[in-house]
Amino acid sequence: MASSETAPAAGQRARGLAPFLRSQMRNIAPFLTLIFLSVFFALASPSFATIDNLGNILTQVSVTGIIAVGLTFVILCAEIDLSIAGIANVTGIAVAYFTLQESYVNIPNIPLPGAAAILLAIALCAALGLVNALGLTVIGIPSFIMTLAMMQIAAGISALLVRGQIAYKVPDLITTLGSGSIGGVPWIVIVAAIMLLGGHLVLTYTRFGRYVYMVGGNREAAEYSGLNVKLILGSVMVISAVCSGIGGMLGVAHFGSAQQNEFDTYLLDSIAAVVVGGTSLFGGRGGIGNTIVGLFVLGVLNNGLDHVNIDSFLKILIRGVILLLALIINVYAQRLREKTAE
Amino acid sequence: MPEGRQPILELQGITKSFGGVEALRGVDFALRPGEIHGLVGENGAGKSTLMKIIAGVHTEFSGRFLIDGQETRFRSARDAHAAGIGMVHQELSVAPDLTVAENVFLGNQPTNALGLVQWRRMAREAGEQLARFGIDVDPMSRLGDLPIGLQQLIEIARVLFSGARIVILDEPTSALSPPEVERLFATLRRLREQGTAIVFISHFIEDILRVSDTVTVFRNGRKVAETASAATTKGALIEAMIGRGGEALEHSYTDDLMLPRPTDSPVILKADQLSLARSLKGVSFEARAGEVLGIYGFMGCGQQELSRILFGKLKPDAGTLIVEGTPKTFASTAAARRAGVALVPESRRAMLFHQEPVYKNISISILDRISSLLLKPAQEREIAQRQVEQLQIRPPVVGLDLGMLSGGNQQKVALAKWLTYPPKLLVLCEPTRGMDVGAKNDVINIVRDLRARGLAIIVLSTEPETVLSLADRILVLKRGTLVREFKNEPVSKDRLLEAA
Repeated sequence: MASSETAPAAGQRARGLAPFLRSQMRNIAPFLTLIFLSVFFALASPSFATIDNLGNILTQVSVTGIIAVGLTFVILCAEIDLSIAGIANVTGIAVAYFTLQESYVNIPNIPLPGAAAILLAIALCAALGLVNALGLTVIGIPSFIMTLAMMQIAAGISALLVRGQIAYKVPDLITTLGSGSIGGVPWIVIVAAIMLLGGHLVLTYTRFGRYVYMVGGNREAAEYSGLNVKLILGSVMVISAVCSGIGGMLGVAHFGSAQQNEFDTYLLDSIAAVVVGGTSLFGGRGGIGNTIVGLFVLGVLNNGLDHVNIDSFLKILIRGVILLLALIINVYAQRLREKTAE
Repeated sequence: MPEGRQPILELQGITKSFGGVEALRGVDFALRPGEIHGLVGENGAGKSTLMKIIAGVHTEFSGRFLIDGQETRFRSARDAHAAGIGMVHQELSVAPDLTVAENVFLGNQPTNALGLVQWRRMAREAGEQLARFGIDVDPMSRLGDLPIGLQQLIEIARVLFSGARIVILDEPTSALSPPEVERLFATLRRLREQGTAIVFISHFIEDILRVSDTVTVFRNGRKVAETASAATTKGALIEAMIGRGGEALEHSYTDDLMLPRPTDSPVILKADQLSLARSLKGVSFEARAGEVLGIYGFMGCGQQELSRILFGKLKPDAGTLIVEGTPKTFASTAAARRAGVALVPESRRAMLFHQEPVYKNISISILDRISSLLLKPAQEREIAQRQVEQLQIRPPVVGLDLGMLSGGNQQKVALAKWLTYPPKLLVLCEPTRGMDVGAKNDVINIVRDLRARGLAIIVLSTEPETVLSLADRILVLKRGTLVREFKNEPVSKDRLLEAA
């Protein structure tokens, strides 16, 4: 139908530029931040704006990117997953636990063929995600608390598996994907790109993706529309756990070792990437596109600070301040949008 | 006479548009102290928009805005509040988990020198204020435990006694029982004598004529008439509102209406001895294809809970639901939907996505019918466009965010989402609440059309007119029990009220 195709465009035109920009604030602000940071570091350091360094940045954000895919689903539903780093860690440790280690590694592990090790590790993170899902939907524990407990449980399983030791070997496939490269492009960047693309396609073009946005936009209305809200919420928790698990396995291969507390910084980084990108903490707005911009903002910031002469302790503070600014913009953008929609 | 006094509030040439759609066009409006000013108009005529401008909710508009003769611009609702303007919104906005006293004093609780809340004083003063309003409740009880009608009265009381010089009431009477309406009117008259200016918006034209001094009529964003209440009639106002012969549209239902012989078409849903905590006790009935079953009762009689049980949102403590001969326990609303049950709840907010375009609102419940894995946006828009045209939703733009539509049009969207693949049983809660005559008629026609297509329809309402205008058979629900069935016999508003 011709009229139905042209009508929305006309509606948006009529709305005028200023309100349109205001409603798009959450998409525009992170992008401007990214451009600003890039220009700033390019001017401040000659070694920043190089092809080599772009490759560095891409590699540095890959693990965060893989974890952030699943977290984007969760935050779109107006929930949170604090167990992502814990699940990444335990999955990375598990895949090493089921792999034959060098004789000097003193862990009482269970060596299995590579494929079996990978499947068991994936099953483990999916199972932990399922526990999150059941706690949230069946028992009714708020995701913030449920995943806080899961973070501790995952750390506990990790500790029991490695017992303070460090494992080094993971299955060959994981080693290749985590630390190998093809035609000069690291596999881990390719995996992150594919997962981000996949997440985007699911959110934008599938029925499930629409449900995620609708549940996030107005959970009560989703329920009164006859959607199975609990199933959708449960699914995003499992998706998040599996993405974290994949990020954890590749991360272990990328770092070359599997040990306790290896992924601790990834919790904040992943949440920051999603939120800095502009996905609404109140659910229903944003998406993988936003997460990608957020990843680059964090990546450029982390990498750029290494290129300029700055007290390394100050960097931590700067990251905190940037995150706070992003949160302010996030909440502000939500308010502006609600005003425009009134 | 208020006519002689200087206006406390004056608006000149107010124009306001949403997304290129003009909600108000060059409206003049003046309000004098000691005046009750009634506003009438169809849904989307611009009444609520104008009031939201006055209350500082909408801050972007063109035209002059004068308070006490001084040109003013509110930047927020807080500014309006500071200027002495109080508003009771159409939808209940109370804090159900706080006490009655806290709700009455919301935002300005009495405190002592240390800044601590003076509970005893607050409870006493709240109790006194409410008693003046004829409400007798324990000020320390939790507000959410009270019936909805009482909650609404308390919210109105809060604004009335906040010391506001200008009080705006948007549809205050739709959730109130007749004696409660009387109490409200008595209080409004008393405030008028004290010099408060009151704006009263309602679809109940009799109410407007009874209580207001002046009536202003809106149509399509314009002010079409302003007249003294004593000098006009209901028919004349309706005609001004809708611009076509109005008398025939409004049926008063005071005379007996003959209900038809019950149909013997197949039973779609049988409820058997449904019970739920304190709300419902052994409720049994049958809903048949091609029949509209009306369930009437006062606010808090258990209607809301009953509708939620039918749609799988609440689980009954006892009793069974039998859908087309098969007993069902709905684990979720999704299960109810799959079994062919649909619900339109009384609150639009509860079933619509304000930040999403109209077409996504319409397609959400049928996505699994039109697509398996991938979405088909073109088809969604086409289906939505058809519904928008059939139900005459304005503006007819399926890509517009739902929040930009007027209340009545949103209500039609809420219906539209179930109509593309009609369910077997459609449960409607207060389908015409807060609607003007024209939109009510549209809804009545939609429901009749669905009945003709063989749907079983259950209409639950606290307004006798709604049930009488729609139902073929009427059940009366009183304190959680069905007390009377009207079928194949004469029924009227009086008889219904008497049975409840």
